[in-house]
Amino acid sequence: MASLAELQSTATQVRRDILRQVHYATCGHPGASLGCADLLTALYFEIMSYTRTFHMDGANEDVFFLSNGHISPLWYSILARAGFFDIRELSTFRQMNSRLQGHPATHEGLPGVRVASGSLGQGLSVAIGMALAKRLNGDNKTVYVLTGDGELQEGQIWEAAMSAPHHKVDNLIAIVDWNGQQIDGPNEKVMSLGDLPAKWESFGWIVLQMDGNDMTSVLNTLKQAKDMLGKERPVVILMKTEMGAGVDFMMGTHKWHGVAPNAEQLEQALAQLEETLGDYPYDPEYNQV
Amino acid sequence: MIDGFPVTGKKATRNGFGDGLFEVGQQNDRVVALCADLVGSLKIQSFIDAYPERFFQIGVAEANMMGIAAGLATAGKIPFTGTFANFSTGRVYDQIRQSIAYSHKNVKICASHAGLTLGEDGATHQILEDIGLMKMLPGMTVINPCDYNQTKAATIAIADHYGPVYLRFGRPGWPIFMPEDQPFEIGKGILMKPGSDVTILATGHLVYKAMEAVEILESEGISCELINIHTIKPLDEELILESVSKTGCCVTAEEHQRLGGLGGSVATLLGMKKPAPMEVVAVNDTFGESGPPVDLMDKYGIGTEDVAKAARAAVNRK
Repeated sequence: MASLAELQSTATQVRRDILRQVHYATCGHPGASLGCADLLTALYFEIMSYTRTFHMDGANEDVFFLSNGHISPLWYSILARAGFFDIRELSTFRQMNSRLQGHPATHEGLPGVRVASGSLGQGLSVAIGMALAKRLNGDNKTVYVLTGDGELQEGQIWEAAMSAPHHKVDNLIAIVDWNGQQIDGPNEKVMSLGDLPAKWESFGWIVLQMDGNDMTSVLNTLKQAKDMLGKERPVVILMKTEMGAGVDFMMGTHKWHGVAPNAEQLEQALAQLEETLGDYPYDPEYNQV
Repeated sequence: MIDGFPVTGKKATRNGFGDGLFEVGQQNDRVVALCADLVGSLKIQSFIDAYPERFFQIGVAEANMMGIAAGLATAGKIPFTGTFANFSTGRVYDQIRQSIAYSHKNVKICASHAGLTLGEDGATHQILEDIGLMKMLPGMTVINPCDYNQTKAATIAIADHYGPVYLRFGRPGWPIFMPEDQPFEIGKGILMKPGSDVTILATGHLVYKAMEAVEILESEGISCELINIHTIKPLDEELILESVSKTGCCVTAEEHQRLGGLGGSVATLLGMKKPAPMEVVAVNDTFGESGPPVDLMDKYGIGTEDVAKAARAAVNRK
């Protein structure tokens, strides 16, 4: 079991990894990656049970799907720090011949990734399929999936939201990154999401809410969600986060959704985040083979 | 009609799918089925009765069905999705592209009511672009069987093939002429009749139309080599090149748009490896309409006489 301080320190390092990957690539999506850093740290370093040797079928282990694939630099940092591959490989993010594609993919065989994502709205369906397979196999482990909030504007999300309670999928925890922002601006301006808790409840989900940038809230709510599994209903956690969390000038705006910090901005951002576990050595020539 | 391929009855190709699915369900407990509110049309009730826990009704939500299938496949299941061809492809193209094809998922996309022969429901449902859409996806296998027996055999065969497959079949009752015990080998065309003047490459319902055309052509003294191309991708290049090298010209015949179908694949092959006069029997850049299946085929240029006419034209161009 990791302590709260250890998890917070991991999340801080992960935030540094995100910023450095996006900076060196000169592109990518730092905003929501920073916002969801606490959640993924909690999942991979405390909540989920899984083997470091990657098995595509995820049999008898907890499985995570990232539906909002644009926050790949976060997931790559987490997977590397969790031991799925060498942290030096983070240097190859978005480069030619890399396994770390702009959006996550299975095509290059990156351990930890089970389905490509990036075209939004698809991950919840995939997670439901995995959850149904686990039930068929008598596998009592849990499926987790993260979606964005702008992503909820995709119709497929609501097809999936309708189907999970119908099929009594109760080994699934969906998490919505409810940061209120998307590329073109605030959700409310782009396309209002309405009363999200009421929407999910009316579809038949158990709805929880948490502060996604407070590690204590994240841990407690995830544990609470796990306790609510097995009741013939899926669980969704509406997770309030701040896009850009951890870097003052990236917070409170959608402007850092998909923009890389330049050298000066990187320095300014890293100054706010302690190097807790050691930065990955940047090596643009790194080859994983 | 064609030696070795006597017509033994009449049944829809979709019945072959339903019966094949039931059989493959018996053979392999990793096989699961999903349907988007078209159980009766896809003829899968026998699978559902036998294996209720392995069937997932998804409702009228095809995008979700494709995603759930991808998730089931990730866990090692072999999902067969069932809906009309229109809703199996165009409606869910991005879901198939990202969650299935790009992600290398072992999903079998099984599509009924393809093409004009869906009939009276009209052009909203008569997809004639699906082969093109699916064959463009890297790694996707595309199969278009010709009768009940071949559809059943194909359904069973694709369960043993790892990788995404698009299996396309149809609605109307159709003559059965392929042997019941035929081996089905993905990517291997079947030489149904040797001949020396023209190669006729037909797929799906057009195989029967080509058989009828061969009868007419032979009576006119044109010796036809008839090949059943059940797999459009991967294409049996060796068999086609060998045949066209012998006959010197060819005709393709399909229930699909000219642009993007079997004809396009064969034209690319011949253009690169063995240029030869070629005629394409297909729907030419138009939507269909309501009507009886065979009448629609005649009206839209994919009837028996269209195949015969194309063969004469190809021979004349040599």
